[in-house]
This record gives sequence, structure tokens and C-alpha cells, in this order.
Amino acid sequence: MSALQESLVELIRRTSAEIPDDVQRGILNALETEKKGTIAESAFKIIERNIELAKQKSQPICQDTGSILFYVECPAGFDQIDFDETAREAVTLATKKGYLRQNSVDSISGKNDGTNVGPGAPAIHFHQHRSPDVSVRLVLKGGGCENVGAQYSLPNEKLHANRDLDGCRKVILDCVQQAQGKGCGPGILGVCIGGDRATGYEFSKKQFLRTLPDRNSVAELDAMEQEILKTANELGIGPMGFGGKTTLLGVKICAANRVPASFFVSVSYMCWAYRRQGVELDSQNRISKWLY
Amino acid sequence: MITLQAPFTEDKIRSLRVGDEVSITGVLFTGRDAVHKYLHEGGALPPEVNLSGGLLYHCGPVVIQDEQGNWKATAAGPTTSIREEPYQADIIEKFGIRGVIGKGGMGDRTLAACQKFGCVYLHAVGGAAQVLGECIKRVRGVYFMERFGAPEAIWEFEVEAFPVVVTMDSHGRSLHAEVFAASQAVLARVL
Repeated sequence: MSALQESLVELIRRTSAEIPDDVQRGILNALETEKKGTIAESAFKIIERNIELAKQKSQPICQDTGSILFYVECPAGFDQIDFDETAREAVTLATKKGYLRQNSVDSISGKNDGTNVGPGAPAIHFHQHRSPDVSVRLVLKGGGCENVGAQYSLPNEKLHANRDLDGCRKVILDCVQQAQGKGCGPGILGVCIGGDRATGYEFSKKQFLRTLPDRNSVAELDAMEQEILKTANELGIGPMGFGGKTTLLGVKICAANRVPASFFVSVSYMCWAYRRQGVELDSQNRISKWLY
Repeated sequence: MITLQAPFTEDKIRSLRVGDEVSITGVLFTGRDAVHKYLHEGGALPPEVNLSGGLLYHCGPVVIQDEQGNWKATAAGPTTSIREEPYQADIIEKFGIRGVIGKGGMGDRTLAACQKFGCVYLHAVGGAAQVLGECIKRVRGVYFMERFGAPEAIWEFEVEAFPVVVTMDSHGRSLHAEVFAASQAVLARVL
């Protein structure tokens, strides 16, 4: 096995089995705020025990090991073709080891060949930068939460949402209310205001690379993140939609330019089983640092 | 915590109410999207799978097979149930299912079927694949593995103290409908 393949298999294992510290802290805080003796509190206790058990047994936190999304930062000249091939091998191997479920289905034939590799799977996003460093981030995003994501086109008459930041706020809150517990809440939102339909969703998912305590450097978006988090938690949807105080653990919003005719708000929902990890690789492609 | 053990009689099921926390010991059969569509289109169950008086679990587990060919479920939480809403009511009636286990809740037709035929919707914590997987003491069999693939196959699990919450009962009450309505009212105020 090449060093790169070994590093990627270890990245997949850890992403699937261990929740990042910032998310675990968010869940523990939420457990404290729920009313004692409620089914919301029971749900949080099961979630807490599940996080510990998955880590201890080195097994998937959730059986839906999701869409496999790699984000690679690399210098110019980096061999993307080699990375792509190695990542596919690593995914297949990680599936054999049970770090990933046999989770990839041919959309035409309906067949699942058990490798987790096919057109668009895994998804690998490369970004070149001036630094010589190579970092690989991985997000495993389950289907339940992916299904409750939504893309709105403003204006939205039904929600009285105009083409302004207040209109964005309205559709984002609508998305949370529509999702209820179906996305395995408490959830985390990644939002992109603007862009075309494809980049809107792509950018919204990249927000999941931010940690929960991370604050937005754009004042308007920072205010919006805080306000939506607070208001969503007043909706009373609670963990799993059981009713309760914690509906969301975090809201992350970015903006992309749009053409005058379009105004999309793309909302991606991440479940509490927020599987996100990252590594820096040294010149030998060995893991030199964990990023979360 | 209420203990629910086989046989899952209509009386036991009808005694359950929304909000009850239940611990299940017995046999569960998994079935999700492909199985529901197949059964709804008139497909037959293998003779070993008897859903009458049984519990159906919306789940696509992670499974591994050892050298002796024994299966082990290493991660087995619930999948989102609402996708089975077009099929569930008919399947409850046709196969005499007493309990549907899943996550996220189901709609009006399933709720009506629960009331009419004596069935209940039991909500497991989504994402809790390890806690729930630990309750699976034995994999008794797998059916339609070739046809549907591992996540979509029917798995027969023997479970012990499997934790769920009643969120839709056989008396017409749905916690999901109640939380939806309450959250919608709050949303209307804050928008």
C-alpha cells in the first residue's frame, strides 16, 4: 500500500468513527440545556453514548456513511490524477474494512457493486494554492440530512421573502421547520446566498469545513448566523424532532456573486453525526497533522 | 421504560402511547426503500420471513462477514421513514405488521393504518448506529442480498433491550404532527 493510500484510509476511518471535538462539545452543551426527564434528554444521552462507543470500537458513528466528499488543497504541479486514483482505492479498501457502508448505487441499473466507487463517487474537490503544503479534508454526509437540504429562488411569495437579507433569513428558517427531525437533528446549516444552482450548493457544503465556534468575518453574515441559530432553537423542534430546546447546533453562511436575474439561497443540512476530519500530509504523503 | 417482548400482540401494541420509552427484545426484520417498493408491487416474501405480528425496521446496516460466513452488524441505526409513506399503510395491512421502527416519523396514511390495524411507529435515535448495533445479539439471516445489495436487503436481527420512543400510536396520535404544527405557529410569529 502506498503512503498516500495508507493516509487516506486512516483519514476515512477516523472521520467515520470519531466526531470532531468542536461538535462533541456542542452536543454536550445541548444535553445540559434540555429539560431533565424528557425524551429529548434521552435522545441526547443515546447520542452521547454512541459517540463514545464508535470511537472506542473504531466503527462508524452512523451506518449511513454518506456521500464521500474530499477537499484537497495543493500546490501547482500536484498530481491530481494520481490522487484521484489513490482515493478511489482507499475508499474501496475502507469499505472492505467496514469503515464505510457499501453505499454507492448505480442510478441506472440500481446495482450496488459494494466498492463505493463510480461516476461522481467519491467527489473530490481540488484547490490549488501558492503554499507547498498539501491538506486533505473529508466530509461524510448521510442521505437523511442531504434529503432535507433545500434551494430557494427569491422572491418567494408564499414566505413573503424578498430579494434581501431578511428574505434569506425567512427561507433558511422555513427550511429548518420543514426538515423537522428528518435530518437527524440537532442539525448544522451550511448556507450559500447567491451563486448559480450548482455553485450555491457546493459553497453551502464547504461551510461544513468551519468549526462550530468559528465566527464569520463578514459582519452581516455573522449577525445572521447568530440570529438564525437563536430563532431556530425557539421553534421547539428539538433533537430528532421529539420537541425540545436544541434544534440547531450551528449556522454557517457564505455569499457568492449572482447574476441579476437569479437569487438563490442554498441550504445544506448536516446531521448531529457530523463527520468531518482533515489532515496535512508531509512530503512522503504521511499524515503530519490532524486539522480538527 | 416499558419492556416489549415477543409475541407482539395487538393488546400490547394498543397499550403503547405517544411519548412512551420502550425497550424491545425479540426479532426485527429490516426493510427499506427497495423492499417496500417490491412488496407494494406485489412481490412475495421468502418463506423464512414472516412479518405477521412482527416488527419491521427501516434500516440499512453496515455488515461484515467472518471466515466462517457468519454476519455481524457493526453499525445499524434507522433510516428516514417518510420515504416509505406511499407504501407503508398497505404493507401494514397486507402483512399484519405490529410495529414499524424508523426515524423522522411518517404521515397520515400510516397513522390511520396504525389505528385501524393495531400497529405502532417506534422512533429509534437516528445516527446512533453503535448503541443500536450493540443491541443486535445475532444476525439470524439475510434475504434478497443478491437482488438488492447489503443496505437494502432484508436482515433478520435478534435484539435485546433495543431502545425506541413511541411517536405515533394506535389511537391516532402523532408526535410528529404535533411538533410540526407547534413549530409552524412559532415560525409564523417570528417571520
